[in-house]
Amino acid sequence: MPRDAERTYEQDVSGDGLQSLQKVIDPHRDEGSLGVKCALIGISVLFLGIMLVLPLAVVAVNALREGWEAYKENILDEYTIKAFRLTLTAMFFAVAVNTVFGVAAAYLLSKFYFRGREVIAALIDIPFSISPVIAGLVFILTYGNMGWMGGFLKSHGIKIVFAVPGVILATIFVTFPFVFRELFPVMNVQGREEEEAAALMGAGGLTIFRRITFPHIKWALLYGIILCGARAMGEFGAVSVISGHLRGKTNTLPLHVEILYNEFNTAAAFAASSVLVVMAVIILIIRNLVEMKKGRKAGGR
Amino acid sequence: MEQQIVKVKNRKGVRVIPGYGLCMGVTLTMLGSFILLPLCSIFFSTSRLSVQEFKEIVTSPQVVSGYKVSLCCAFCASLVNGVFGMILAWVLVRYDFPGRRAMDGLIELPFALPTAVAGIALTYLYSDKGWLGSLFAKMGIKIAYTPVGITIAMVFVGIPFVVRAVQPVLEKLDRQYEEAAAMLGAGRAYTFFHVILPEIVPALLAGAGLAFARGIGEYGSVVFIAGNIPYKTQIAPLLIVMKLEQYKYSDATAIAFVLLIFSFTLMLLINSVQIYMQRFNKG
Repeated sequence: MPRDAERTYEQDVSGDGLQSLQKVIDPHRDEGSLGVKCALIGISVLFLGIMLVLPLAVVAVNALREGWEAYKENILDEYTIKAFRLTLTAMFFAVAVNTVFGVAAAYLLSKFYFRGREVIAALIDIPFSISPVIAGLVFILTYGNMGWMGGFLKSHGIKIVFAVPGVILATIFVTFPFVFRELFPVMNVQGREEEEAAALMGAGGLTIFRRITFPHIKWALLYGIILCGARAMGEFGAVSVISGHLRGKTNTLPLHVEILYNEFNTAAAFAASSVLVVMAVIILIIRNLVEMKKGRKAGGR
Repeated sequence: MEQQIVKVKNRKGVRVIPGYGLCMGVTLTMLGSFILLPLCSIFFSTSRLSVQEFKEIVTSPQVVSGYKVSLCCAFCASLVNGVFGMILAWVLVRYDFPGRRAMDGLIELPFALPTAVAGIALTYLYSDKGWLGSLFAKMGIKIAYTPVGITIAMVFVGIPFVVRAVQPVLEKLDRQYEEAAAMLGAGRAYTFFHVILPEIVPALLAGAGLAFARGIGEYGSVVFIAGNIPYKTQIAPLLIVMKLEQYKYSDATAIAFVLLIFSFTLMLLINSVQIYMQRFNKG
């Protein structure tokens, strides 16, 4: 019915009136002039091309510069594989800690009211505002030989700084808020009514979480885990400070890239980088798929 | 209203939903052991320095130049990001064109790409022999190993912050105002600067502020392209790493402490902008 009405209007009115009337009927039809639109899209494409796509091309070209065989050799290098394994380990621990903490903290802050909620939320966000180098530094100051826990650890034969636990701790530190940040808004919007109703009807805590809360947050949770994994994979500053750069022991893949690069072994450095780039791109693709799912669920765009 | 009811409930100590104790326990334990306890040691270590020592370390010419380089480059980068982030957000929200989805996904690349990889790739791209660097070298402009290079690396890491801050606000923006402006005879530029821009300025500021904060702290992507020439392209985080490598822990702590205070102040500012924004949006 409205469609017919539009047509009659457009047919009836002619001349100058037509244009302004069209604007009323469909105000977004001539959004900006075509020139402005093309110019802005052009600027965006150029900017993204130079800033984001070209660096990826550099990695690909330089990794393969010495041919496919050399590339394969570089990737299958013993130390590269060891570094890759450590990166995966750090990612695993970061994601595990993040998931447990993120769910608990988001549940706490969205389902219960108590004094100091804002303080806790602000404290959780701290790692976002801190330089990763400082994140590494605080662990050295805590667990290192000079640190106040250092003596205790030394007497018990536990090594954290310049060892794998330190790398894991630093990774956890920098990724700490990711899952919480994704879950909290979703849980907050959902409110408490459903959980309260379930509790009043006698459901236990676990049942409530599994049957009511979890279905609402599963996509947000997955999204947060992906972001956390991506950050954990790429962390450099914090890990670099605390790892001590022991080849084959505490070197994550990004640190290995740095060492190779500083040794002017650029082909190997870019080969190792290409592994990280592939992982990053896969993460990005999964991220977009999850976001589409999440958006559809929420009835978004 | 709702909040009031809950508060009354709370006062009586009735919590219907189970799991309060468990969640509180897990949250506080993990927050304490992974974040707060380590963070305390930086304040603890700084407090062991005398005021005189602290002053000497922080005001040494090398450290001051480090702060200057970090702040200036991060500031320029956040300005560039503000402009291009605004354009990108606008294009992604308002226009429909082939490849829009891919472009939208690409924005997050700096989040996902390890900073070290970005660092060496950018260095290669902008060094005198690189694809882009050689073009600029012909014009006599050096990019890698100068503050310009540092700024470019910071633009790279900061761009998603601005786009992702502005995008949702632009999406939610009621187009009635633009229509009203157009009906009242305002030109497009006028409408943009007087109707649309004031609505998104808080988001833009918050996004640029986050990019600024990220730029100051950034290490991985900057350290390669910076070249680390003393007094010229040494950034503050790099100075911390250098002092640590020389086992000058107290120096590193003092530099970090100042940086930390600066970041916290910046975050406080950004948060207050966001709170103001929420209040503003509610009316």
